[in-house]
Amino acid sequence: HFGHRSGMLSLSRTHVSYEVKDDVAVVRMNDPNSKVNTISIQMQNEMTEVMNELWANDAVKSAVLISSKPGCFIAGADINMIQACSSAEEVTKLSQEGQKMFELVEKSPKPIVAAINGSCLGGGLEFAIACQYRIATKSKKTVLGTPEVMLGLLPGAGGTQRLPKMVGLPNAFDMMLTGRNIRADKAKKMGLVHHLVDPLGPGLKSPEQRTMDYLEEVAIQFAKGIVDKKIPLQKDKGMMQKIQDYVMSFEFVRNQIYKTVHGKVMKQSKGLYPAPLKIIECVKTGVEQGPTAGYLAESQNFGQLAMTAESSALIGLYHGQVACKKNRFGSPAKEVKTLAILGAGLMGAGIAQVTVDKGVRTILKDTTVQGLARGEEQVYKGLNDKTKKKSITSFERDSILSNLCGQLDYKGFEKVDMVIEAVFEDIKIKHAVLKEVEAVVSPHCIFASNTSALPIKDIAAASKRPDKVIGMHYFSPVDKMQLLEIITTDQTSKDTTASAVAVGLKQGKVIIVVGDGPGFYTTRCLAPVLVEAVRVLQEGADPKKLDSLTTSFGFPVGAATLVDEVGIDVAVHVAEDLGKAFGSRFGGGNVDVLKTMVELGFKGRKSGKGWYVYEPGRKIKEVNPEIGEILENYRMKANPAVSSDSDVQYRLISRFVNEAVLCLQEGILNGPLEGDIGAVFGLGFPPCLGGPFRFLDSFGADKLVAKMQQFEAVYGNQFSPCQLLLDHAKDSSKKFHK
Amino acid sequence: MASMLLNSVRRCPVSTSWAVRLGTRALGTTAPLQAQLQTKSKKTLARPGVKNIVLVEGVRTPFLLSGTTYANLMPHDLARAALQGLLNKTSLPKDAVDYIIYGIVIQEVKTSNVAREAALGAGFSDKIPAHTVTMACISSNQAMTSAVGLIAAGQCDAVVAGGAEFMSDVPIRHSRKMRKTMLALNRAKTLGQKLSLIGSIRMSHLSPELPAVAEFSTAETMGHSADRLAAAFGVSRLEQDEFALRSHTLAKKAQDDGLLEDVITFKVPGRDIVSKDNGIRPSSMEQMAKLKPAFVKPHGTVTAANSSFLTDGASAVLIMSEEKALAMGYKPKAYLRDFVYVSQDPKDQLLLGPTYSTPKVLERAGLSMSDIDVFEFHEAFAGQIMANLKAMDSDWFGQTYMGRKAKVGTPPMDKFNLWGGSLSLGHPFGATGCRLVTTVAHRLKKEGGQYGLVAACAAGGQGHAMVIEAYPQ
Repeated sequence: HFGHRSGMLSLSRTHVSYEVKDDVAVVRMNDPNSKVNTISIQMQNEMTEVMNELWANDAVKSAVLISSKPGCFIAGADINMIQACSSAEEVTKLSQEGQKMFELVEKSPKPIVAAINGSCLGGGLEFAIACQYRIATKSKKTVLGTPEVMLGLLPGAGGTQRLPKMVGLPNAFDMMLTGRNIRADKAKKMGLVHHLVDPLGPGLKSPEQRTMDYLEEVAIQFAKGIVDKKIPLQKDKGMMQKIQDYVMSFEFVRNQIYKTVHGKVMKQSKGLYPAPLKIIECVKTGVEQGPTAGYLAESQNFGQLAMTAESSALIGLYHGQVACKKNRFGSPAKEVKTLAILGAGLMGAGIAQVTVDKGVRTILKDTTVQGLARGEEQVYKGLNDKTKKKSITSFERDSILSNLCGQLDYKGFEKVDMVIEAVFEDIKIKHAVLKEVEAVVSPHCIFASNTSALPIKDIAAASKRPDKVIGMHYFSPVDKMQLLEIITTDQTSKDTTASAVAVGLKQGKVIIVVGDGPGFYTTRCLAPVLVEAVRVLQEGADPKKLDSLTTSFGFPVGAATLVDEVGIDVAVHVAEDLGKAFGSRFGGGNVDVLKTMVELGFKGRKSGKGWYVYEPGRKIKEVNPEIGEILENYRMKANPAVSSDSDVQYRLISRFVNEAVLCLQEGILNGPLEGDIGAVFGLGFPPCLGGPFRFLDSFGADKLVAKMQQFEAVYGNQFSPCQLLLDHAKDSSKKFHK
Repeated sequence: MASMLLNSVRRCPVSTSWAVRLGTRALGTTAPLQAQLQTKSKKTLARPGVKNIVLVEGVRTPFLLSGTTYANLMPHDLARAALQGLLNKTSLPKDAVDYIIYGIVIQEVKTSNVAREAALGAGFSDKIPAHTVTMACISSNQAMTSAVGLIAAGQCDAVVAGGAEFMSDVPIRHSRKMRKTMLALNRAKTLGQKLSLIGSIRMSHLSPELPAVAEFSTAETMGHSADRLAAAFGVSRLEQDEFALRSHTLAKKAQDDGLLEDVITFKVPGRDIVSKDNGIRPSSMEQMAKLKPAFVKPHGTVTAANSSFLTDGASAVLIMSEEKALAMGYKPKAYLRDFVYVSQDPKDQLLLGPTYSTPKVLERAGLSMSDIDVFEFHEAFAGQIMANLKAMDSDWFGQTYMGRKAKVGTPPMDKFNLWGGSLSLGHPFGATGCRLVTTVAHRLKKEGGQYGLVAACAAGGQGHAMVIEAYPQ
């Protein structure tokens, strides 16, 4: 055989190689410069070259396409390749080249089997579905999906055309519009892959390597089987599939689907995101007008989307998220193997949940049996929900829970490497637990406070070793919210910071590290928005109106709902604490409104009533009828000059943005990137705007300053733009992001 | 004192018997065998101060494919038959043992302490306590080693150990919902309460809960795991079929030659007398190649023909301290020496027990692989045996997963499972261990070896090995 030699000949190729085994060409992808394979110009060129050789080689009857990287088939198209383009036409051309290449693959006279282990996303999935057959490993790392929509793009290499044919309209829309990852077993059920291979354990090689070899062996078997016509390419359709196909053959049914999907997208995205609408358009064009029109629509829309502000905002967030998943403080001297959490409330138990499932021994301490029981049940329930969704087995759930130790005393704290306190937000209580903890832990133990507003240096004032004191501000619900805000004081040691970041990363968090101060970064940005929201309500808007104004601006959760989620009592604390610290600049609505609510027991969702009434099992929430009277008592007169819907939106957003810029100006923030990530992932700043800093870059600092000055004239210094913002307004060439 | 005396007495005949055997061997066999016999690391595993424990006798019912002649019995019936067979063969007085231990895997809920029910039914004195152990496919190994422990500790002098498995009938339960309703019905006081409970029964209550030969922790069936294990070690379908054929061929030969003397005849109530295992079916490679994979479809390699089959059967052994055996006038068959239990990852190393237990028990005994004359490994799947052999032959595996400097080394095939194995003779989960130990004793005698080794894997990722020493002739 000349198989090996043909591999040797292509010494100039670095990303794609192949060898011929019997009559099957095994094509291997391996980007030498990266942990993952991406479809780059280089990869594309080499692949085309290799494919042409295979098609010309009579000794080759079929091919297997496989990656040499155990955890990754192809993670997607190279984003830099798209970002390097300066016009929509250029991007459209890229898309068309991709379409052309995959069309050749689809029409290949020799069957190509895609052997998938690890992530098969975006352009990788588009490549795979152009192949004649797909085999995937059942590994947890194997996921298929089209995440383009999350970058404000669409599957631009034939995906919008092939997916509907392969998995049907509803599934295709679901995949492309949510961008969610699909596990291998689900992909098999959907018809996205033909066959599954189980990952192997230890043998004569490492499990990862042997699994890859095995996948290849099985894929070769199948490739031969396809050539020998022993393995059919089309599976016999089940009854359900036949019925669905029949139903879909009616134009009015399809139109109904387009309409429904369009309606859903508009409802969820408020029309702020162009990509989902374009995806619907491309699919519709392909299905209704045929492939030529479909492919053209796909490539043109892809080009247009790549030039939108939304896409660059989302891509910016993607890069930021990647950056905030790294530990820029290096690896800590001592790994945290045992973590203790004080307070088994919502936050404490939430932190425990995301810690135990990473295999870290976790002590959850509370002061009462009832509190502890509730907290332990929360952890159990969180994990059990995963069992119900089949992402973990009941056995894994049990063995994860064995890492959790609930207790009422400080037993075993001498072995604890880090303590995170999540007790009541009261400096006296914080000092008390800090002293109790320091009396029992060993000297290396780190004390982290999960406070949302109390300055860490005030907490550290009671400490014997302030270098070991740090803030770790989690967001509720901890298992859902990705952000962790870490707060360091002047005295916090670098190793303490490195350790806190390492723990956060292990917990799967996106991390920003900020300086100390009242409210740090996130709470400080949120507080002025809260008081402004109260003012808007006092001025006569009802909570539903306030919510619709904020969500239509792009916030995933309306301002009134957000306060209910955070807790009215917490909001009072934040508003009062920060009001004291920052003075009249943090004024606006009357905090007494919130205080009255707390007195009446309206503490938000957790108490069943806040701005809204929460009843278990009811999806549509009604405005709390009793708040009308409270608001009436605190009624303020709206000034029509600054009270249009748009004005209200900009009053809320500008106070947020100004505070963020001030945090950067004061050095609380390390840079605009962390500022954007913190705002989007912690506070729900509209992702389509990319965060306060990217928003300023695209919207124009001068325009925002103009609006603020208009509000300043009515409300005073609450709307005074900070110096850095003024600098940017003055000089339009100044940008926060390059 | 007594044991020391016995040791010195025993040592004498050992050396003479060796001399005699060497003498006779020298006439009939080739030189290498001689050399091998002379290079044992240890003359005996007897240790001063440690009680010698012996296997007096071992029997088993014929192992039958489940659903055949035993179909209408219950598990304790099989155990009873084995116990009666042991009594017959040894003429043991019915009150002469101190304790009875049985192993079983799939429990019949009515006879959860199957050891006691079987012992009573077999006519043993009702003064003899009995308990049941479970450790998957090494349940009767556990029964035997528990017996060894009782004797070594001086608690007992004579113990009957055994195992049984009855796969023709397995407990199929009502669904949890239905059970809950039925239990609530028990407690319901008024007719109204009862009627409302009965009224709450829906179709979904009626679907039964079937027992599966699957790991609880991973939900993977054993056959599936075996297929993955075979693939992990690159064991081909051909290798597996060849090994399965070897097992059946050797078993057939052993059966025809009358070597399986542990098998008793059993008059099955309401049916015929059975006296032979009925699962031995030497086929051809061509026939075996036709079968489709049973677990991993369509590319798997484990088939019905290269796996052990569901089997009904029971076994029993009589274990005593050497003094007791000699005092009762028995001629023991073998010494039961060192044993180990191991366990590993129940997902990816489910069936690698022998690989881990073999070197461990050899080290314990101070022997090397070449000291062993007779190997009896439990054959769960041909792929499992081949994977274990490859693991034992791999330096990389030994270093990476076992913390060894080099590979374990493999047993030579000319000493390995020469009378068939679980693949061909059958594998009643709870009963196989006793068959392995008895077979080693019989083979040592027949083949003139000194040391034998039993190794087995079990569900839960566990494993076992035991060294057996021939009793001087």
